Amino acid sequence: MIRRDARIGILFALPWILGFLIFMTYPLIASLISSFTNFSILRPPKGIGVQNYVELFHDEVFYKSLSNTLLYVVGAVPLTTVCAILLALLLNTKVKGMSIYRTLFFLPTLVPMVALGTLFLWVFNGDYGLFKQAFLKVGVTPPGWLTDPTWSKWTLILISMWGCGQAMVIYLAGLQDVPVSLYEAAELDGAKSFAKTIHVTLPMISPVILFNVVMSIIGSLQVFAVPYVMFPGGAPARSAYFYTSYLYDNAFQYQRMGYASAMGWVLFLITLSLTLIALKLSEKHVHYESN
Amino acid sequence: MTVREVVGLSIAAGVMAVAAYGGDLVVSRQGQPGRTTVVYWEKWTGDEAKEMRKVVDAFNKSQDKIFVQYLSISGVDTKTMLATAGGNPPDIAGIWQEQVAQFSDAKALTDLTEMANSNGLGPDYYIKGYYDALSYRGHLWALPSTPASIALHVRPDLVPADVATPETFPKTIEGLDKLVDRISKKSSNGDLEMAGFLPSNPGWWNYAWGMYFGGKLFDGENLTIDSTENIRAFNWIASYATRFGAKEVQSFQSGFGTFASPQDPFMTGKVATEINGVWKGSYVRVFRPDTKWFAVPFPYPEDRKDLEGHACLSQDVLTIPRGAKHVKEAFEFMRFVQRQDVMEGLCKGHGKNSPLAKVSEEFFATNNNKYIRLFDQLARSPKAFTAPQIGILNQLRTEMDVAFQEVSTQGKTPEVALHDAQKRVTSLWDTYRSQVLDK
Repeated sequence: MIRRDARIGILFALPWILGFLIFMTYPLIASLISSFTNFSILRPPKGIGVQNYVELFHDEVFYKSLSNTLLYVVGAVPLTTVCAILLALLLNTKVKGMSIYRTLFFLPTLVPMVALGTLFLWVFNGDYGLFKQAFLKVGVTPPGWLTDPTWSKWTLILISMWGCGQAMVIYLAGLQDVPVSLYEAAELDGAKSFAKTIHVTLPMISPVILFNVVMSIIGSLQVFAVPYVMFPGGAPARSAYFYTSYLYDNAFQYQRMGYASAMGWVLFLITLSLTLIALKLSEKHVHYESN
Repeated sequence: MTVREVVGLSIAAGVMAVAAYGGDLVVSRQGQPGRTTVVYWEKWTGDEAKEMRKVVDAFNKSQDKIFVQYLSISGVDTKTMLATAGGNPPDIAGIWQEQVAQFSDAKALTDLTEMANSNGLGPDYYIKGYYDALSYRGHLWALPSTPASIALHVRPDLVPADVATPETFPKTIEGLDKLVDRISKKSSNGDLEMAGFLPSNPGWWNYAWGMYFGGKLFDGENLTIDSTENIRAFNWIASYATRFGAKEVQSFQSGFGTFASPQDPFMTGKVATEINGVWKGSYVRVFRPDTKWFAVPFPYPEDRKDLEGHACLSQDVLTIPRGAKHVKEAFEFMRFVQRQDVMEGLCKGHGKNSPLAKVSEEFFATNNNKYIRLFDQLARSPKAFTAPQIGILNQLRTEMDVAFQEVSTQGKTPEVALHDAQKRVTSLWDTYRSQVLDK
């Protein structure tokens, strides 16, 4: 009976297992092998050892795209985290019609990335853009959001806040799990709202914060669609050229699949390292119920 | 194994079989019984696609053996390359002339030399500049679908009356610069309101600026990005950043609408002149038909009169990817497109000049573009030039774009920007030679 159940279980799981093997495991292994080859798609791959990796570390565009990406991570991750937590705190209050507010704040995350990029091209338009008009109203000349190399990345970092609704929902779920008794105990000790947030709420949702931060780091390292739409070729002067754009260009524009695969694996190692660092740094600050 | 398990496995196998062969079924569904279906992938959508569909329909009606199935595909170049690698390419792919060398080096194309020559589609049949761009390493890899030549478009209502005709408009770059100083307008707070000319608008041919000064990017063996002529061209570009202010230009340009809209800066009068292709007239006609304009050859440097009449040429091309299932039938359709009456109809529909050596008087007389003769003359000019034939043209263009932006934003001097580009592209070229060309 147990063996039969196992067989049926495997049968039901088979579509996923096959999908995982064909669409995940095989490409992963193939890309690892490709990263050690000269592979231009139409010609059979030719082994070249670690030459792609060596070239990568001498490639100034690799460093430029990596530094752009890391700066984006440093800007976007804290900004979206703070924004999502603040929104979640607001939407966790007892106000009439709260479900409508929650829906409204979550809705923007459903906008497809390409549409989002096109929308923000208009918002930041140097002539008709909403931002320009708002700045001019208060007597400030706005910077060239889309055209000035010093501002292009910051424009994208600002846009990253648009997607904080996803994290907000997870924070909201975390906030609703904080035991009321802890707030009551804090109130007995004379804690006001701010103190309760700092000493009760944030420690209690710290595992959720860690999860969201790690996911946000991974997502930000892979930022692609919005800059690709808004800043073709990373213009101006590669100031908005990100790692995944360079990887894509190598793979599909320049037909350097081996080189692009090496880039993919380097990105994987960077992501893994940053995730481990985040986990290590969080050890003293994250409180689990089991602790 | 139980009956249920057998049924489950059979259904799974059935689904996989349908998935594996479904693609072919879908493709052949719209074909015609008894006729060979030729699958044709093309980049065009909208009106341009409509014009090519007319050609396809005419071909399908003209005979009963071949049925061409036209499909508008975004990213047609990348998808053709991947489909060719996967062993299931379209029979015809409409790509760009600039990709011929890259695709040919990648062994992604069928050699058309013999088929073309035996059908009278040799060098004499075409305008030299266009034909040469389709031949690479002694072989012909593509045939034109529609070509273009590029000229300076001028708004006569935005320039002084003494230069408001093609005959009186400045012929030299120095003359153009003087005109730009005369007519450009700034507001009291220093914002640019109207620019006589901007090298960064529309910014599609940044690789070509050096050629307007007599330079080259590639001599067939080595890259010559930081040559004297190219540096001179980029110094001229830098002069526009100084003339208007780099930040002012950035801010001004960020308010430009796209070229395929009534907010296009030339149509709205934000720029008085613009370098653009023969198709510009069609866009003006569609989006702002009341716009007055004329076209002239792009000016030449005062001390290089030998460059008078120069023009950058480009073209959309038809290719047969390697591994295509119906090569003969695909070429039959391509041959149909090359017929003078068909080609002239298509080019007229697209608002472009013809790539053929022989052009009918009717083509000129009935063309919607009043300056079509000029574009035709530019294409035939011995001074006409095209993008260099090099397999890393994509990277080369990218680096020239970056150098252009660095100079325009005053981030680097022309010498440094071009030297950096030269260094980087040379390294990419060395890698390409050893990895792709096996040299």
